[in-house]
Amino acid sequence: MKEKPALDLTKIRARLDSARGPLYWKSLEELAETEEFQAFAEDEFADRTPDWNNPANRRYFLKLMGASLALAGVTACTKQPPEAIVPYVRQPEEFVPGMPLYYATAMQMGGVATGLLATSYLGRPTKIEGNPDHPGSRGACDYFHLASVLTMYDPDRAQAVSNNGRISSWVAAQVALASAREAAAIKNGDGLRILTETVTSPTLAAQIKALLKDLPGAKWHQYEPCGRHNAHLGSTLAFGRPVNTIYHFDQADVIVSLDADFLSCGPGNLIYARQFADKRRVMTNVTHSPQPKENWQEGYQEGPSAPRASQSAGYASEARGPVVLPPQVQAEGKSPDQTTLNRMYVVEPSPTPTGGMADHRIVLRAAEIEEFALALNTALGPGAPASDKFKQVAAIARDLQAHRGASVVVAGANQPPNVHALAHAMNQLLGNVGKTVTYTDPIEANPVDQRQSLAELTADMNAGKVDSIIILGGNPVYAAPADLNFAAALKKVNFRAYLSLFLDETAVLANWHLPEAHYLESWSDVRGYDGTVSIVQPLIAPLYGGKTAHEVIATLAGQPDRTCHDLVQENWQNQSNFDLFWQQSLHDGVLKNTALPAINVTAKAPASGQSATVQGLEIIFRPDPAIWDGSWANNGWLQELAKPQNKMTWDNAAWISPTTAQKLNVSTEDMLELKYQGRTLTVPVWVMPGHANDSVTVHLGYGRTHAGHTGDGVGFNAYLLRTSTAPDGGFGLEAQKAGGHYHFASTQHTQTMEGRDLVRVATLDEYKKNPQFVDEREEGKPIPQYMTLYPDYRYQGYKWGMTIDLNACVGCSACIVACQAENNIPVVGKIEVARGRHMNWIRVDRYFKGNWDNPELYYQPVPCMHCENAPCELVCPVAATVHSGDGLNQMIYNRCVGTRYCSNNCPYKVRRFNFMLYSDWYTESLKGVRNPNVTVRSRGVMEKCTYCIQRISAVKIQSEKENRRIADGEITPACAQACPTQAIAFGDINDPKSRVAQLKAQARNYSLLEELNTRPRTTYLGRLRNPNPEIEKG
Amino acid sequence: MKTELDEQAIDPGPDKIIAPGFTNATVTDKIAGVVLKPIQTTPKQWWISLFLAFCLMQGLMAGAFWLLYKGVGVWGIMIPVGWGFAIVNFVWWIGIGHAGTLISAILLLLKQDWRTSINRFAEAMTLFAVAQAGMFPILHMGRPWLGYWLVPYPSSMWLWPQPRSPLVWDVFAVTTYLTVSLIFWYIGLVPDLATMRDRAKQTWQKVTFGMFALGWRGSARHWARYQMAYLLLGGLATPLVVSVHTVVSFDFAISMIPGWHTTIFPPYFVAGAIYSGFAMVVTLAIPTRKWFHLEDLITMRHLDCCAKLMLGTGLIVAYGYMMEAFMSWYSGNPYELFMYKNRTTGPYAFSFVMLIVCNILIPQSLWSAKVRQSIPRLLFVSIVINIGMWLERFVIVITSLHRDFLPSSWGMYYPTMWDWAVITGTIGFFLVLMILFVRVLPSISIFEVREVLHHLAPHMLDDGKPSPSPAHGD
Amino acid sequence: MAQIFHRSTNTISKVSLVCAVLGAGGLIAFAYAMDRGAYVTDVKVVKPQPVPFSHKHHVTDDGIDCRYCHTSVETSSFAGIPATEVCMSCHSQIWANAEILEPVRASFRSGESLEWTRVHDLPDFVYFNHSIHINKGIGCATCHGRVDQMPLTYKENTLYMNWCVNCHRNPEKYVRPRDQVFSMTYEPPANQEELGKKLVEEYHIQSLTDCYTCHR
Repeated sequence: MKEKPALDLTKIRARLDSARGPLYWKSLEELAETEEFQAFAEDEFADRTPDWNNPANRRYFLKLMGASLALAGVTACTKQPPEAIVPYVRQPEEFVPGMPLYYATAMQMGGVATGLLATSYLGRPTKIEGNPDHPGSRGACDYFHLASVLTMYDPDRAQAVSNNGRISSWVAAQVALASAREAAAIKNGDGLRILTETVTSPTLAAQIKALLKDLPGAKWHQYEPCGRHNAHLGSTLAFGRPVNTIYHFDQADVIVSLDADFLSCGPGNLIYARQFADKRRVMTNVTHSPQPKENWQEGYQEGPSAPRASQSAGYASEARGPVVLPPQVQAEGKSPDQTTLNRMYVVEPSPTPTGGMADHRIVLRAAEIEEFALALNTALGPGAPASDKFKQVAAIARDLQAHRGASVVVAGANQPPNVHALAHAMNQLLGNVGKTVTYTDPIEANPVDQRQSLAELTADMNAGKVDSIIILGGNPVYAAPADLNFAAALKKVNFRAYLSLFLDETAVLANWHLPEAHYLESWSDVRGYDGTVSIVQPLIAPLYGGKTAHEVIATLAGQPDRTCHDLVQENWQNQSNFDLFWQQSLHDGVLKNTALPAINVTAKAPASGQSATVQGLEIIFRPDPAIWDGSWANNGWLQELAKPQNKMTWDNAAWISPTTAQKLNVSTEDMLELKYQGRTLTVPVWVMPGHANDSVTVHLGYGRTHAGHTGDGVGFNAYLLRTSTAPDGGFGLEAQKAGGHYHFASTQHTQTMEGRDLVRVATLDEYKKNPQFVDEREEGKPIPQYMTLYPDYRYQGYKWGMTIDLNACVGCSACIVACQAENNIPVVGKIEVARGRHMNWIRVDRYFKGNWDNPELYYQPVPCMHCENAPCELVCPVAATVHSGDGLNQMIYNRCVGTRYCSNNCPYKVRRFNFMLYSDWYTESLKGVRNPNVTVRSRGVMEKCTYCIQRISAVKIQSEKENRRIADGEITPACAQACPTQAIAFGDINDPKSRVAQLKAQARNYSLLEELNTRPRTTYLGRLRNPNPEIEKG
Repeated sequence: MKTELDEQAIDPGPDKIIAPGFTNATVTDKIAGVVLKPIQTTPKQWWISLFLAFCLMQGLMAGAFWLLYKGVGVWGIMIPVGWGFAIVNFVWWIGIGHAGTLISAILLLLKQDWRTSINRFAEAMTLFAVAQAGMFPILHMGRPWLGYWLVPYPSSMWLWPQPRSPLVWDVFAVTTYLTVSLIFWYIGLVPDLATMRDRAKQTWQKVTFGMFALGWRGSARHWARYQMAYLLLGGLATPLVVSVHTVVSFDFAISMIPGWHTTIFPPYFVAGAIYSGFAMVVTLAIPTRKWFHLEDLITMRHLDCCAKLMLGTGLIVAYGYMMEAFMSWYSGNPYELFMYKNRTTGPYAFSFVMLIVCNILIPQSLWSAKVRQSIPRLLFVSIVINIGMWLERFVIVITSLHRDFLPSSWGMYYPTMWDWAVITGTIGFFLVLMILFVRVLPSISIFEVREVLHHLAPHMLDDGKPSPSPAHGD
Repeated sequence: MAQIFHRSTNTISKVSLVCAVLGAGGLIAFAYAMDRGAYVTDVKVVKPQPVPFSHKHHVTDDGIDCRYCHTSVETSSFAGIPATEVCMSCHSQIWANAEILEPVRASFRSGESLEWTRVHDLPDFVYFNHSIHINKGIGCATCHGRVDQMPLTYKENTLYMNWCVNCHRNPEKYVRPRDQVFSMTYEPPANQEELGKKLVEEYHIQSLTDCYTCHR
């Protein structure tokens, strides 16, 4: 690292003292120009962050490590280096050293907020969890929320205000903004433009509107590359104005999804998944009840009594309390039987988790779905002629009519407005409105047609009508439609200020770049899917002096010294008894009764709708499952997350069906040249079973050039093909095999179960005939009960176990990232993943079954099974993995010498090995995200799922101190905690009242590979399908 | 004193274990001569091969350094294939290390006189092979510097090795084997070292040999003690021949992976070990006897016997393969069945096919005396068998692991350049040791050959004089 | 022919054999001694501190309870090191100008924390929790020794694993009544064995020898 020039502060102070008022600012600017300050600042903010992909730094680091480890080898027992304790000078009251604190906050994506609880150690946010009190979360969250904490610590974040690429200061930027406003004010605002993403924050909206009132000439544009344009246009078609649609899947027995992936993305996906899953928890208790609990020692009072404990109860945080049991599982003894199951029809071109849960998945090209919707709509009408093109329509229509008021038709975000209009019409026709569907005003502060809005802006910029533009996030240069050529237009504007987390593609073109404060660093407010407002409260002061949109707008509005905290508070001042209200809101994470009221609207009869011309190849643009629209490109956890559908990491690809692949004479990993509307892009192929023929899905968000160390140059930029005329894709795609071969890094290479009964499936009818279908092999032979010469170990006290309900799991993969965040699991990079060395402790296996044009899709999360007869324990030469008194399979990193025998002998292959030093011991900022209660593993040791032992210990210690037994639901492993559908249950099997014990008593309960007699503690509940008999036989 | 035999030696053919015309004196001259002859007269091939072997050895040095520096990740291993070349090589080398003890111990007890000329040589080979093998268990660990945790010692953690793990048994089995072989070999050397001491011209040779000769004077008492000790060690070593590879096979048999979890492993590993051991003996004996003109002491008879042993053990191995196939069908276990299907038709089928060709088909040619008694053919077959036995371990380790129970976690193992560097490197290391050995120590047991000579005396000595006692000559 | 070796060689060789054996033994013994010795374990070794703080003075002379400074010892894994203001609560009046206390005052003025050197430093892969030990009747002195007699603080025990396990295997030997936990002068009674058993029962102490008890 280069020598830091001494910064002569005295000189600078002298200059500042001599300066007053505006001159003061001026001299600050000059100051920012002086080269010693430049040097100082550059060094201060220099990016000295290595990266798992960056060989140079790795090599350097390994040199150090190698040396020290060699030393450790020579001298058997090395002396510990001296360590310092640095106490507070003045210790905050609520703070207990060594204990975490929990804060309610909220994160927004596409303007829709999800309430969250953030864990903080010594002022470091380390883990994000859902807020049970938030209607859009109910305790769950998805992997974007979970991974957001890593983004906050991302060393690649913009770390200083920069002016044309040179380090500058916030004060200087404020001056610039002020002057921009002055310039615009002269022309009462003409030429001043603000470009934001979708805004639902009441405060920000109020600020902007106020600003526009002052400067009527100024304009506010919004653009979201993967927003809800179609939904709004659709509702405008149907109702004459945009409305916000809210579904109630807990009321729906029949669901028709028109290319809607409502279970894994879009507003309300978490709560929708929960409602959907609750309708699928089929329960039948079998006669044999779980083993009776060993009698607990005397003088030890029985029973639950989980305190809604103070934070000191380890993980049972103030806002959390006991886990919310699904309605089926009640406190008394055993859960009542439920043998009803909703039925879902999904019509979609490319596989989604929702499609995977479908009882009938109808594969159509995206453009054919409108036609299908029309057919269905007519079929619902009186005396409709049976559609000759779509066989199933008639049956589906009958099914829907049989469930008037208890059915729902959902249209997908990528479907054209007309489909949405049709869906609205059908729901009305079926009397679902007010029951399974309700409408409210839009949650957006200003629901404009964003595509049009951006087009206007670009036009104006080209026409030179824009003097200064303030862009608040969104990275439009990267994400704007290709045909608008936004970058070129932007260059025509002479004042370009841009607020964002990273120095991304847009930042390069901005002449002022302002580092944005992460949501965990800032105050704000934002609306949930139903309009409920949450206060976003910071857990930490901005790491890199970031600012919020509130502060930027405030500066524009001539209030440079207002902080976001003041602004948000001010916006809610009118509340009666403000202080109480504020405290309450911060504590709960939601503002009482701010959900938008339902409104009455009636859908017009939909336009007869000329169905789009259907010929040739079709292209479909989708946000990437893992990194969405590209804004998450620099997040290692998400890049390395195996995408639910194809288990691919670190890449995007052109998904095509096997048939189409044959037609194009390509196979997976071949390069395919796509030509669409005169633009070409060469993308590697992924042959995806269940994809529509003559249709190609490409995912947006990859091919970033200024994402950061992690995201740069990963994958292919599909935005290059995406135009404003066809933002969701369409026909007219030309594709041909291009030369060359590409290598994907996938975590699962085998697509089928090879005829092994890993995921056990039955239809509802079969299940009713034989609830214990899981215990039978083909030709109805029950699995033999295995015997052992040794007496079973009697588990006194606790006996931890887990169940995973395959009928509830939608494969959303939130558990994977939750585990990664909780357990300090390293990111290893594409090359290592390709080698088969990914580190995730819980994986979600994905299997296809049936014919390859439209297979059934099954998900199976696989954590460590914690076998009672664990094969791994037998073979470890140093007893680094052994069994605990409460039945956990313990893995002790510091004892492990790394023979990898345990992994070889593990039939479930759930063990992960640090083949090299994967944990980043070098990047300072990344140390902040680590969970202090979990060892950071070093090179050469084995690791695996521990059932989140750190959580178990914390609660156990607490309960021991309170001299009581741990109550059911007090301990929740990270995976179970994040799971939107509560498919994962954890608890004490010795307690027959516990949820997990009740689930293990279910008929559907089975263990994976039980013929090996490993006796897994993690068991599965069999998957059920509820096909429509009419279609099934047809 | 020099004999004309020194220059070119005549192989007496497959029925004689020693060429005619030898006297105690000439035997001693010849063998000692190889060691004591002045450095300039060392055959050129010896220098060349030493150089080549040394170069090869550098692969090991580089590989080991890079491995310790960066971690086992430099190899191709991954999940599910947690063991790769390292373990394959380990088992292979241990196997090779079996011939020596077998010859010395078992054949000694069986009073097979043909063992005499090759036993010393085979024992050395055993030691060096086991030395190679010994490196791998350490190298393949994630944290080699903690390898001593596998050894029971009173630690401040109050922890001991986990006795149920075959890896711990390995530690004992291999170290025991190494120690016993070493002592056995050394004891056998003592009388010859004495001979060397007495015949050496330069003082430093006298002293060095002298020190290791432990003051052997060849008195009757010495001989009596010696015989007893040697016999006892033989008895001690005999069970080891069986035990070591049995224990090694437990590494696999104890586990539950289809293709590993089978009871036939112990016998079939032991047979395989001897198989490869003799193959290696032959591979090394042929060049050695050529360079140092020892055809008259290491005769066709010896090679022929080795060849027959290879044939025999080869058939046992073949039986093992058949049993694996049969059991995978007979057990009715779908995983076993799949394993075998995958082994024979899966992505690694090539290795299986080559294995069958190398270990079963080609060795059948040993039925014919033409092959057994033709040096080039025999050399070819023995090398093929060495390769075949390496492939056997490859097939067992990799193809069993890469596709086990859950299809979701199946994967492919691709060795990296460092995998190759290490295996070739150990071969280099092994050869270096071997080549040095044949030059600096009597690679044939002088006194034992004399003993044989003594037994055969009447027919052997033309001049009808009673042969001198096998004691220390001249 | 001339002898190569002098006849004394016989003796030398025998002696050297014996020496070799003894030498090896000695080497092992030495290594063992090092490993258990103060050089490695730091037992009874006083570490340099910013302020020569005397527990003896504060506990014995002033009779200050442990919890006055180590506030979170009953609630948290970490016993807590007093914030500077805690020191100043007294030392703004007493010894207000003492030279040795200057670092404390400096810290209070500047807001810069004092940097104490850790005396009881467990490896990072060991997760020790003070509160549960206190709660189950393990006295401070049991592990930390007679801190009240330490002018300068040092480590009384090795904190090696065998030392921990020794108590985890048979806690009845060390457990004391809850009300005696913070007492420095408590001496285990003659009937410790039966008292211990009784307390183990009463406090529901499991002898926790699972690895996960301390390692995660």
